[in-house]
Amino acid sequence: MAAIEILGLEKTYMVGFWRKRPKRALQPLHLTVEEGEIFGFLGPNGAGKTTTLKMLMGLVFPTAGTARILGHEWTDPEIKAQIGFLPEQPYFYDYLTAHELLNYYGQLSGVPAKDRTRRVEEVLQQVGLTDIKGVQLRKFSKGMLQRAGIAQAILHNPKLVFFDEPMSGLDPLGRREVRDLMEQLKQQGKTVFFSTHILSDAEALCDRVAIIHKGELRGVGAVEDLTSTVQGKVEVIWQGAQIPASMKVLDAECHVVGDTVRAVLAENQQDAAIDALRREHIRLIAITPLRTSLEAYFVEKLQHAQTTAGKAS
Amino acid sequence: MTASQRTTVIAGVCLAVSLVACVLLLRHIDQIRPKASIEDVLYINSPKMVKRASLGFDGLMACIYWTRTVQYFGNRHFDRAHTYNELAPLLEITTALDPHLLPAYQFGASFLAPKPPGGAGEPARAIQLMEYGIEHNPNNWRLYYDLGFVYYTELKDYRNAAAVFERGSQVPDAHPFMKIMAAQMATHAGDFATARMLWRAAYESASESNVRQNAIEHLRAIRVDEDVTHLEAAVEQFSEQNRRPPFSMSELATAQHWSGLPVDPDGFPYNLTLDGRVQVESPDDFPFITKGTPPGYVPAPPKFHNQN
Amino acid sequence: MIPRLLHIASNTFREAVRDRVLYNLIAFALLLSGAAIFVGQISIDIERLVVVNLGLTAVSLFGVVIAIFIGIGLVSKEIEKRTLYTVLSRPVRRWEFIIGKFLGLAGTLVVNTFFMAIGVFGALLYVAHKFSKPDALILVALYFIVLEFLIICALALLFSSFSSPLLSAVFAFSLFVIGSFADDLRGFAAMTHGITRLFATAAAYLVPNFSALNVISAVAHQQPLSSQLIMHNTLYAFFYAAMALSGAVLIFERRNLK
Repeated sequence: MAAIEILGLEKTYMVGFWRKRPKRALQPLHLTVEEGEIFGFLGPNGAGKTTTLKMLMGLVFPTAGTARILGHEWTDPEIKAQIGFLPEQPYFYDYLTAHELLNYYGQLSGVPAKDRTRRVEEVLQQVGLTDIKGVQLRKFSKGMLQRAGIAQAILHNPKLVFFDEPMSGLDPLGRREVRDLMEQLKQQGKTVFFSTHILSDAEALCDRVAIIHKGELRGVGAVEDLTSTVQGKVEVIWQGAQIPASMKVLDAECHVVGDTVRAVLAENQQDAAIDALRREHIRLIAITPLRTSLEAYFVEKLQHAQTTAGKAS
Repeated sequence: MTASQRTTVIAGVCLAVSLVACVLLLRHIDQIRPKASIEDVLYINSPKMVKRASLGFDGLMACIYWTRTVQYFGNRHFDRAHTYNELAPLLEITTALDPHLLPAYQFGASFLAPKPPGGAGEPARAIQLMEYGIEHNPNNWRLYYDLGFVYYTELKDYRNAAAVFERGSQVPDAHPFMKIMAAQMATHAGDFATARMLWRAAYESASESNVRQNAIEHLRAIRVDEDVTHLEAAVEQFSEQNRRPPFSMSELATAQHWSGLPVDPDGFPYNLTLDGRVQVESPDDFPFITKGTPPGYVPAPPKFHNQN
Repeated sequence: MIPRLLHIASNTFREAVRDRVLYNLIAFALLLSGAAIFVGQISIDIERLVVVNLGLTAVSLFGVVIAIFIGIGLVSKEIEKRTLYTVLSRPVRRWEFIIGKFLGLAGTLVVNTFFMAIGVFGALLYVAHKFSKPDALILVALYFIVLEFLIICALALLFSSFSSPLLSAVFAFSLFVIGSFADDLRGFAAMTHGITRLFATAAAYLVPNFSALNVISAVAHQQPLSSQLIMHNTLYAFFYAAMALSGAVLIFERRNLK
């Protein structure tokens, strides 16, 4: 069963003061997320990521389209017991402590009283919030709030978790921890759907990604597939500033970077390059297959859209 | 039906039911506490205190008190009450808050001075109110008129009435009628013509419906009084000529060569009693008449015709 | 359903109680009750009158301010600051949120009134040196004041469901002031004609009838209050609050939470 099936969800806002004009925040979206995968929803700011998430949560009503979550209609209130949500830059009841907040949310999610206390402790441990007993949330730093947000999202052991920009406001250590957490969740068999504009995170974590820009879906697929539009090139790095003549014969693009040289050449030339370096007694530092980064794919998709848009207009 | 639709329906029904319930309950509550509102209102019955309590919103409070005054009078009038004890304080507070609220003075002139059940029976306070109004609105000739009105109708103090009308006629832009009234007061105070002029003026210048109604009733009463006076004079004349009173109105009518039987403003013929008195058919329809009533008649509280 | 309602209510109560604004306002109200003692001493005969009048008026006014501030704060702010998102991502219905908030607020205000009332009774005891039987009427006045609060809370929630915090506060307070003159509004409506009369009468009936609930002067003068009035007022407050809350639910059910 697919964890999430988005069937043509679309949202058009009416903007303007006197004469309202329609503004399309999201074009009809068709997307499927399988159970047990970490799915990245990528796009620049204002692309429609948050709108999509809010529609799935029932916070915003779609202009058209439906969705199914864990096999049920997305408007079914009971399904909410099985999903967790971390909104962007969350804000919580200032005057509660983290324990009280989680306890409250636990009550609302229907976590039985006898399990609640234990579960709250577990989850706080899991997100790395310790020594905060009795501290009101308004004294929490941004990073701590983010962790508390994650805690409330996984408290009731949901099957499916939605994170909206989970890394925002976190320092590198924090981000690492969140990434580990998401891996953990996947290992527990949960599905993670998160939106972000930080591509390196997505690249590291996701099984599959979707790219959305200006309300339109630009590309969907497994990270490997998207980035393996490898041009069949390798990058060779060697010590020194010398470029052997034989390299030039091989049609290599060479750049001197500090006290090393980086050359890009075709994969089938790899052995010849190694031989060339050996003959000249040049020390080889690294050979790496060249993959398109997700970023490049991303930028290409966005530019492509712009040019098509340019042509169309 | 989805959960959301169900919620909408239930909430909608709840809204409608609650709305109806509220309106019905409100009407009930109004009935339970009719007096409460006025008693409440006059807990602070000193104009100075009210002014202080208004926190500067004098104008608004004046309007509110004026509304209450009219409500108060209307309710009691409708209930055929015999006293209007709160009318004077209400008017005093209203005018203390806003001395330029002219309708209040006219109201006071019409209803403070007359004796119950037509009014509060406090002519002295009425005069006080008018003088207060004149003091604050010296160039408003109508206030002099209202004051003269009180002297004339209730106190029958024609000398003072004349003096007031004279004062009023001096005001720039005064209606020329004021000078005429001053003159009339001096010589023909008791005439029907004078009274009719006065009440006609009251009717035409009145903006408030109670005051208008009051004026209408008085005009009707003057008509009846006039008719009865003339009819009784005719009866006198007939009796002298024929050494006996007329047997009926028709006999009198024939003798006087009238085209038909004389009728009152409602169209009913005047009755001629065996002892030669002229009476109206139903005295209750004519509050304020001084003639044409049967002996021992006690006037009922006035009811207004032409109810709005 | 019910457990969730109660949880939301108790959380609202907790949230309100920890808001320092609340304490400042209560302290002020108590201060005013204390001041009443001094004002009363200026004129010996009317000590009791002043204490009851001033004390109950303070309870009423401050209570309304608290009701509006906290009522608006707890919903509008929640929507604006997005604490609501995490609540609604749980199996909580939107209407449960509104009703739960209302119950929590109502509870807060009852507790509030209790504390402020202590101030009034304390001041009364000080000037009168003992309680007499008619003083029980003060309890009725306080009960009516609580009914006023319930209506105001419901209205605050109604406005919060679609309006910004500031506007909601303004609307709610305006309705409080207008509602205090509801009698006069109906009187005014009776004096008008035609279309104005239609609108004025409709407005006069829609506005909450606080004039009937304001028995402070009567109680100060130790006038008796009929049990019929008490019952009718209770029902009226109940239905009026129900009306406002139904409206809030209807609006909130449809609202896009940006």
